[in-house]
Amino acid sequence: MSTVTNEKTNRGGFKLSDYQGLPSTLCKGCGHDNITRNIVQAYYELGLEPHNVVKTSGIGCSSKTPAYFVHRGYGLNSVHGRMPSVSVGAKLANHHLQVIGVSGDGDTASIGMGQFCHLVRRNVDMVYVVENNGVYGLTKGQFSATSERGAKSKIGEVNEFTDIDLCALTITLGGTFVARGFSNDAKQMLALIKASVAHRGTAMLDVISPCVTFNNHEGSTKSIHYVMEHDIKLNELGFVSPWEQPTAEIKPGEAVEIPLPDGSHLIVRGVNNNHDPHDKFAALQLLEESRKKGEILTGLIYIAEKERDLNTAMRVNNPKTMAQMDEADCRPPKEAFEKYLNGFR
Amino acid sequence: MNPPPETLTASQPSTPLQLTVNDLSIEAATVNGTGSQSANNILAKSLFRMGIPMAAKNLFPSNIQGLPTWFTIRASKHGYTARKKELDWLIGMNPTTWEKDVANLRPGAVVMWNSNELSDAPVKARGDLIAYPIPMNDCIKGVAADAKLKKMLVNMVYVGAVTHLLGIEEEVVLKVIADQFKSKQKAVEINVACLRAGMEYAKASLPKKDPYRVERMDANGNKILIEGNTIAALGCLMGGVTVMGWYPITPSSSLAEALIALAKKHRVDAANHTIRFADVQCEDELASIGLVLGAGWAGARSMTTTAGPGISLMSEFVGLGYYAELPGVIFDVQRVGPSTGLPTRTAQGDVLAAAFCSHGDTEHLVLHPCSPEECYEFARISFDYAERYQTPVFVLLDLDLGMNFWMCEPPSYTTEAFDRGKVLSPAKLDELKAAGKKWGRYLDMDGDGIPWRPLPGNPHPDAAYFTRGSGHDEYARYSEDPEVYRRNLDRLRKKIEGSRTTLPQPVLETVPGAKVGILAYGSTNNAMREARDQLAAAGVKSDYLRIRATPLATAAVEKFFKEHERVYIVEQNRDGQMELMIRQVLTTPGAVDKIRPVRHYTGFPIDARTISDGVLAGEGKR
Repeated sequence: MSTVTNEKTNRGGFKLSDYQGLPSTLCKGCGHDNITRNIVQAYYELGLEPHNVVKTSGIGCSSKTPAYFVHRGYGLNSVHGRMPSVSVGAKLANHHLQVIGVSGDGDTASIGMGQFCHLVRRNVDMVYVVENNGVYGLTKGQFSATSERGAKSKIGEVNEFTDIDLCALTITLGGTFVARGFSNDAKQMLALIKASVAHRGTAMLDVISPCVTFNNHEGSTKSIHYVMEHDIKLNELGFVSPWEQPTAEIKPGEAVEIPLPDGSHLIVRGVNNNHDPHDKFAALQLLEESRKKGEILTGLIYIAEKERDLNTAMRVNNPKTMAQMDEADCRPPKEAFEKYLNGFR
Repeated sequence: MNPPPETLTASQPSTPLQLTVNDLSIEAATVNGTGSQSANNILAKSLFRMGIPMAAKNLFPSNIQGLPTWFTIRASKHGYTARKKELDWLIGMNPTTWEKDVANLRPGAVVMWNSNELSDAPVKARGDLIAYPIPMNDCIKGVAADAKLKKMLVNMVYVGAVTHLLGIEEEVVLKVIADQFKSKQKAVEINVACLRAGMEYAKASLPKKDPYRVERMDANGNKILIEGNTIAALGCLMGGVTVMGWYPITPSSSLAEALIALAKKHRVDAANHTIRFADVQCEDELASIGLVLGAGWAGARSMTTTAGPGISLMSEFVGLGYYAELPGVIFDVQRVGPSTGLPTRTAQGDVLAAAFCSHGDTEHLVLHPCSPEECYEFARISFDYAERYQTPVFVLLDLDLGMNFWMCEPPSYTTEAFDRGKVLSPAKLDELKAAGKKWGRYLDMDGDGIPWRPLPGNPHPDAAYFTRGSGHDEYARYSEDPEVYRRNLDRLRKKIEGSRTTLPQPVLETVPGAKVGILAYGSTNNAMREARDQLAAAGVKSDYLRIRATPLATAAVEKFFKEHERVYIVEQNRDGQMELMIRQVLTTPGAVDKIRPVRHYTGFPIDARTISDGVLAGEGKR
């Protein structure tokens, strides 16, 4: 944690250190720590009120990371694979909370697959980061469900089963924000995290985040080297906050400018392609094609920014939060109470 | 201990000449999904509105349509409302169960049946029954043309015949029908026509041969007739629940659905087009408890509804709730387990599963309501306990209490304030700081084991903390230190121990000179007064201690054991789950030797005879 005095403050009057957390206890060089750094930077630059930040997680290396960012926010490290449900509960209890859930590939694609799917279909307004390394780290190197068929484990075993593509899955479930990042690509990740926060609904960030201890060897399909060799950028991203000016003018047809609910804009410029991230079929096709070629497609893959989120659909964003409701908010008047009971005579 | 089958008692008629007023049990044996529920409700409500104490039970199968179902109404001038072991009056409508239904009747019982559908052979073969055959299909020939409608309306014929034969006031039945179908005038007319057809047939062709009659009483006063689940939902509304996650499961779904209906009516903010209640029908019970704890953590009063299988699924999360100190309320409407068990039958089988839900060292607050009154009250206050103790709280109903119709005093309108517990506001945190006290999320600052908790969103620079299920110290920091771990577990125990004296305390009923004690809880209470009357008639005086919550009120339990020579613990489970908890708290030498178990576990609600026979057997009187 930074202890620099006379630190600069952001628009909200908060210092970068307000968004930092405890020192990481993950392995040196872990991809997850890069993601943490980008979350800190993005939240600082967005000027979010740290006390309204809620950090949820399940179990695994990734799920430890909420302790390493936004120490002035509130963390809830829950049980394995169940981060989605506690996040929904927190968001319903207090819709002002800015929820970020951090999960891993074991947490999301195996034990928590059910909750993940239902979170997506409910479009809960939150950032959902999967720190995806294809391996169970804390239990020392077993394959996870995002590990590709044919990938080799550290002890030389070959994975016989197909991988689950979380991006494709999320799109088919009706996901409204689907992106893939790489833990070494800070620039792309920063824009994606900011856009995820601005998006109203579930923003799923599948970040390939190599495990330097158990999955960084020859034969691994999630090693730093392998990912760098196979990373294909789908688009260049620019995030423009409401108070910022776009750095360069966009010519028609050159890029897509997506307005987000908080007044910010995401500028998406295809890299050697004209992919419109609103095109669901094209997104699925791109994912399947890249999978066939053994490529790792990164960038904003799909967005449907106008869908209703859970709280809006349920009409539960009252002037007061659920947590603030008192007796008068909860209890019908005496006459109504007695009239109801009278129906049972 | 299974008592022998009940034999005839003096109060039951051995000869048709002796008139029995306001004391009988009627059972309609029908087929699930044929509309008999509506007819049966009309019959039940009519008796209730005549001021006669009664209760009604729907014994139904795990099935949507086609399997047998039995609806039992017990009317009793004595106010006995538990299941009566032996039936007085059978209404046979179901061909598949007909022979067995008749064979099960005691000698002298009444049997009424649809002679267009069922053979009279089983009744003739018995020769010792009072028989009322009715060609019910013929009775309504002119009334309804549609075959499906006919099938439903035929049930109104027996309502009419019973109305005539028992002497139920016609205008009462007509008013019940009018209320039941409210504005649907057509439905009212056609039901009344069928009722009349039944009455006319009975008047013309069924000379009165049975001893039963009902007469207007004034025993029901201001009471209402309601299911435990329904009134528990009202308790939740008044208790201030704002977030519910649930997964449909018999017999708890009607609690969740009743609450949703209430919220749609009473929590709507018309100006903002919003609703002050959020419910999510979750993907499973793992998610519903997660949602409850997430919401509780963030400061909302939250709950879920479930049954035994759901409790099993929730257990990992409930452990987190205990250890990370997250409030939330779990309604468990108990059914028969293990596994799928008998999903539409009743039991008290989750007493231990709830109390010690999850792995490791845990213990939870569990409330055991016995009546609709307590379903309301305990539902309401469960949210106070959850927030005061910052822990999951269970409310254990059972299918008998939750899904059957019971008379109860209407609850009075609650004006009591919520107890939100030790929520740490920014001002309170400043106050502590000014007093030189350092706050820690898991620090026992008041000596009661209950720490102060800030809610997410609290902007005080010192308030934020990290909640985790892994080892943590007083300041919510990760810790694997053995002493820190033990200290935290000891504080948690201290916190939960404190609830022994603040939870609903046991209720004691005594008679002078009783040496026998009976201890029970939950819906068993409904059979207890009748059972104790039966015991008194057999010369056994008994006192009665009713447990209302665990952790147990140790002193009251110990005292009860001290003051009695034998204590019969009556439970609706095989293994004596409450008994195990009682054994754990009894410290007086010899106390555990006084325990005599009476256990009932057939899936049917317990009846008074099972209790009194169990006690009599233990007293050497059987």
